[in-house]
Amino acid sequence: MATHEKGKALSTKKSWINPKTAPYVFIAPAVLFFALFTVYPAISSFLLSFQTSEGGEMVFAGLDNYARLFTDNLFYTALGNTFLILIVQVPIMLSLALLLAVMLNSTFVKMNGFFRAAFFLPSVTSLVAAALVFLILLDTNNGLVNFVLMQLGIDPIAWFSDGFWAKVALMLVITWRWTGYNMVILLAGLQNISKDLYEAAEIDGAGRVRKFFSITVPQLKPVLLFTTVLSTIGTLQLFDEPYIMTDGGPNNATLTVIMYLYNNGFRYFDFGYASSIAYVLVVIIAILSWIQMKVGGDRD
Amino acid sequence: MNKEKLLNKIVLYVLLLIGVLLSLFPFYWMFIGGTNPSGAVFNMPPRLIPGEFLWENFTNLNESVGILRSLFNSLFIAVTFTVLAVLIASMAGYAFAKYSFKGREAIFFTLLLAMMIPYHVTLIPLFRMFAAMDWLNTYQAVILPQLSYPFAIFLMRQNMKAIPYSLLESARVDGAGELKIFFKVALPTMRPALAAVAIFLFMFQWNNFMWPLVVLNTSEMETLPVALSSLIGLSRIDYGQVMMGATISVVPVIILFLILQKQFISGILGGAVKE
Repeated sequence: MATHEKGKALSTKKSWINPKTAPYVFIAPAVLFFALFTVYPAISSFLLSFQTSEGGEMVFAGLDNYARLFTDNLFYTALGNTFLILIVQVPIMLSLALLLAVMLNSTFVKMNGFFRAAFFLPSVTSLVAAALVFLILLDTNNGLVNFVLMQLGIDPIAWFSDGFWAKVALMLVITWRWTGYNMVILLAGLQNISKDLYEAAEIDGAGRVRKFFSITVPQLKPVLLFTTVLSTIGTLQLFDEPYIMTDGGPNNATLTVIMYLYNNGFRYFDFGYASSIAYVLVVIIAILSWIQMKVGGDRD
Repeated sequence: MNKEKLLNKIVLYVLLLIGVLLSLFPFYWMFIGGTNPSGAVFNMPPRLIPGEFLWENFTNLNESVGILRSLFNSLFIAVTFTVLAVLIASMAGYAFAKYSFKGREAIFFTLLLAMMIPYHVTLIPLFRMFAAMDWLNTYQAVILPQLSYPFAIFLMRQNMKAIPYSLLESARVDGAGELKIFFKVALPTMRPALAAVAIFLFMFQWNNFMWPLVVLNTSEMETLPVALSSLIGLSRIDYGQVMMGATISVVPVIILFLILQKQFISGILGGAVKE
């Protein structure tokens, strides 16, 4: 600010930006953008879910979209795929993350920083780049993974033409991309557990396994719950990886809820139907998060 | 006892090293693919060393999807977004933390509630809105929607709480205006938090895929992830180009990560971990 303007700016500031009005000035941009680009679209989407397109105009259609959704086999397929990936992948990934975190937390391990950085690195990759690399690694005819399997005397796997293996392929990318992320959170949780607890257990003669299950796991419960909720919400919104690797195929075996939303909204331009899918997903996420908090939070 | 300890140690290190190998190999494979001709991945056994096709893959990639332009688009969008969103979040976070005013709790609670809602819910109305304004395929269409990022506001509020009131009061006594106090007194104490929030927001936008895929539709406007995804749609996929593109999208963030590791981890975890 130039000096000759300073006096003027200061006096006008004093006139209307004072300790009473200042907070409103500070929150104004956040509230304005939030109202325009989050609140308005969220309400609009809710209204759209009760509308359907007739000759290019959106008209009220009552519960038609929801009625259609509940009898839509493809929607159930997408929901089933998403839940299958959720139920199988999330526990495997979190167990792996916990195992790595416990190993890094052990007193023997030197070069903690190096290992932590190496495991964390996949989480800075864009999902699209990760999906592309795995697409090539898992190529049926020429992929490195099948080559290694063949060297070990195992038949090559038809990763993307078999529904089961296509799901496994998706789970592999997700696990690669997110295990280190969860490990770092869990490691921080482990470091907060008091050493006294372990020492007391040692005096009582508890072994390694016993200590893990009666001290580490209960003490870590809030952090485990946090990572479970995050991973659940993330998996329910799975889109980038199946879009790049399988486009939902083969035969819809990797179609996810968000992919189905995308297809209806931006391939068939059926905005009303796509909006109803979005709101069903909101309800599912709300219910699952609530259950997880309830189950995770009750026992203390 | 000592023998057992040594054995434990060896097992531990072997497991960790296998983990490191699995974690880092895909990056190496990206680079190998990006420096070898497309046909090289068809070689059996696969080539495991870098080739001399780095430049050729790069120029081919630039011809087919305009990767330099996409790199610029991604940088421009992510940087502009980050600067604006950090400013908006710190201003709001400061107001929520350091002032009491009518409506504070209600507004803050609404923002928190919004964090639970998947942003996919807003995609269709946003698309219609930008279409109506004739703003499809523009930078602002990608930058605007998430500028008020509730999670960033929440993080800034948590951090701003640590600023002592006495510091702000003494500036007021000295006759400083509220804006000046915010920019000259409050913000400078927030450097670590600002860095973490900035990295969080930058990574969100740099890797953002679905919304840019929906609103950007010419190759001059595409961001890196969208440009890369278009390589898969081509009838004959050129693996050298794909891997080169993946490398280009990953290298800038890896460099940033290696320089600012600590802020990066807390940024990406979004304050989930206190260090």
